Amino acid sequence: MPIDIPKDKWPGSIKKITLGATAAEGGTRAKSITLGGQTTLPYLHFEAPTPNSPAIAIEIKSRKPEDWSPLLAEVWGEAMNDPAKWAKKAEEAGADLIVLALMLADSPDDAVKAVKSVLSASGLPLIVWGPGQAEKDNELLVPVAEAAKGEKLVLGICEDKNYRTIVATAMANGHLIEARTPMDVNLAKQLNILITDMGLPADRILMDPTTGALGYGIEYGYSVMERLRLAALQGDSMTQLPMIVTPGFEAWKAKESKVGEGVPESWGDWKARAVHWETLTAVALVESGADVIVLRHPESVKRVKSAIEELVMA
Amino acid sequence: MALSGIQIYKMLPQTNCKECGFPTCLAFAMKLAAKQVELSACPYVTEESKKQLAESAAPPVRLITLKAGTEVKAGNEVVMFRHEKTFYNKPGLFLRLKASDADLAKKAAAADAYKVNYVGMDFTLDGFAIEADGDLSAAVKTVRGVSKRPLILISNDPAALDKALSQLAGETALIYAADPSKYETLADTAAKHKAVLTVRGDSLEALADLTPKIQAKGVEDMVLDLGGKTLGEWLTLSTQARRLALKSNFKPLGYPVIFFAGQNGPEKEPVYAAQAISKYAGFVVLDTFTPELAYALLVLRENIYTDPQKPIQVQPGIYEINAPKPESPVLVTTNFSITYFSVANEVEGSGLPAWLVVTDAEGMSVLTAWAAGKFDAERIAKAVKEFNLAEKVSKKRIVLPGHVAVLSGELEEELSGWEIRVGPREAVDLPAFMKQALN
Ligand code: B12
Ligand code: SF4
Repeated sequence: MPIDIPKDKWPGSIKKITLGATAAEGGTRAKSITLGGQTTLPYLHFEAPTPNSPAIAIEIKSRKPEDWSPLLAEVWGEAMNDPAKWAKKAEEAGADLIVLALMLADSPDDAVKAVKSVLSASGLPLIVWGPGQAEKDNELLVPVAEAAKGEKLVLGICEDKNYRTIVATAMANGHLIEARTPMDVNLAKQLNILITDMGLPADRILMDPTTGALGYGIEYGYSVMERLRLAALQGDSMTQLPMIVTPGFEAWKAKESKVGEGVPESWGDWKARAVHWETLTAVALVESGADVIVLRHPESVKRVKSAIEELVMA
Repeated sequence: MALSGIQIYKMLPQTNCKECGFPTCLAFAMKLAAKQVELSACPYVTEESKKQLAESAAPPVRLITLKAGTEVKAGNEVVMFRHEKTFYNKPGLFLRLKASDADLAKKAAAADAYKVNYVGMDFTLDGFAIEADGDLSAAVKTVRGVSKRPLILISNDPAALDKALSQLAGETALIYAADPSKYETLADTAAKHKAVLTVRGDSLEALADLTPKIQAKGVEDMVLDLGGKTLGEWLTLSTQARRLALKSNFKPLGYPVIFFAGQNGPEKEPVYAAQAISKYAGFVVLDTFTPELAYALLVLRENIYTDPQKPIQVQPGIYEINAPKPESPVLVTTNFSITYFSVANEVEGSGLPAWLVVTDAEGMSVLTAWAAGKFDAERIAKAVKEFNLAEKVSKKRIVLPGHVAVLSGELEEELSGWEIRVGPREAVDLPAFMKQALN
């Protein structure tokens, strides 16, 4: 019997945004990445194709982080002492782009140097995060934005209390920004409105809805992303932006990934568990609409990449 | 799909005789639509209307229960997205075992015994799928020797199934699977043993053709295998099946679906199972059992199926950990389950005694509650007084979560005579802090 499959036709669509600039586009990246453009819910090819595959970013730091799990220290090894080497290794591990997280100990000179060395070591588009304290973020991100003018970096992380300086420097130097709000559709909209009111075009915003790890609040992030995507498709222009999520950061904070000893036997093998934790957190978020997935372990990168390929394939 | 009051009214006698206790048939119809009365209150409904009304009241995805010593339910779902209401019946996680496996008893016993605690709840696997690549009856007997959990029998040999199911009297098992080429005998076997029958087809059309035929043979309880060779194909099929059931009230596909997560190898299995859990599977069959994978999948399932309206919480109060004495330290946290158990498990594991004060933060994490004004100095002070903490301890010293260090000044004012200390940010670092900083 022929079946009439209910199909959704949406009035809205996600904006296309491009990260990174090649020589032709005024930068030095080997290639740029375009995200967004979706006209329906994730990977429902019977309604519309997926115009742009989500991208995987690997998170590296400007200095060796002391609080990362030994499992991560083991896979990245010596490269963790040098962001350029780390970036290169991340590229080899299959990253589509790099997230370079600056640290509190960095001076503006250190930050610029780290960013430049990563830009010359790897041709991938780059996202740069400040250390996460408003004043310090501004102090580091402004010189970085100027030094990398035209590269179409993504600068982050903008929050409601701290977005003006970063947005201004992104506007002046041709970059994009990452706008983070704590798991709330209206707050996300509101921040995007504030940012576009400053004059930054919407297609230079990557929206970060905040996520929790598996077992630590992932369900909130998952549902907020589904709701943001639905709002966007229904035509709400201030939610029609690609989304970035940080399952690597969240999952490696969880005890399940961080700690190998003194945990219940029913938690099983540490390394395998840690990779499952990161991978499953990431895949659930891919299903709910993530466009950039920031990971930490190469094995998770491999698995999430393969999942994305299977989802994007028509 | 549920009928409206007006649609129901058209099926009533429309005589307004009042015997149902309502002044008019329309008033009764409205109450029926709101599910506040039973149809049986009207003595005059025709058989035809009764049948139609019963059909419309049936859930769009049929509730299927597999039963043995334990039970697992699937179906009865009403939404496409969890935020629209909630997902109800968590997909059953089954482990596939081969009848020919020399280690069958050992493998089944290990998986059966598996138990893991997540925020105070014990989770286990739900059952076993036994593949008849050897003597099915013997394998069923072996598994029943070590496990009382529900079974899925993978075979299309009616004689072998008949024999195996005869050993499972009183249980509801799931047969895998009938397909268009050979469904009649399997339907008979399922009917005879009151088993649930999986239906498999190359397309949704093929499935929709087959389920009514099987129903006509007396089998009401079915499960669908939608096929699909990649993540993308399966997502499409399961979304379509769920939409047809929910939005079009399309009965031939109104059954829970089963998904075999190991079909493309062990490397992809975790991700396949994860998608099936988030995207509408009723039963997920694994080929691999490892504690770490089981734990991750069970937690994912719990998270996705948590009612978005009600965060999981614990009772506010004073929790005594490792038999605290009056001089033991006092720790403060919120009543969000994940928060409470992160802290309680750390302290318990360290063997150090402590009083853990759990405040009523309406089920929110430390920072969320703080940001929402549900975890502040005033509330903490109130809890300390309400729970009469001063009478229990000799050392008036309170440890705050590191994330809310900003509260310490205010809390000092609220609780005069108490020393306020700021602990580490993460619970993992609590034992070391308790040993070093709290003497
Ligand atoms: C899930 C979540 C939510 C969920 C709620 C979940 C819940 N039931 O609490 C939802 C989506 C509803 C939510 C809402 C809001 N949220 Co919220 N949310 C989160 C998120 C992602 C995870 C929180 C979580 O569950 N953590 C896990 C638990 C276990 O952590 P925890 O309680 O802190 O416990 C740990 C430690 O504190 C420590 N600990 C706990 N107790 C104790 C005790 C002692 C003595 C010690 C030493 C240690 C210790 O041990 C635990 C493990 O290490 C965080 C961001 C993040 N990724 O962390 C934001 C976050 C907490 N939310 C935030 C905000 C602002 C909000 C809102 C105000 C925003 C809004 N939408 O309006 C609302 C407030 C709620 C309201 N108005 O109703 C902010 C807080 C900002 C800040 N620093 O002040 C955060 C940090 C996000 C951000 N980066 O902006 N949120
Ligand atoms: S008893 Fe039946 S016929 Fe009589 S008023 Fe009620 S609904 Fe109408």
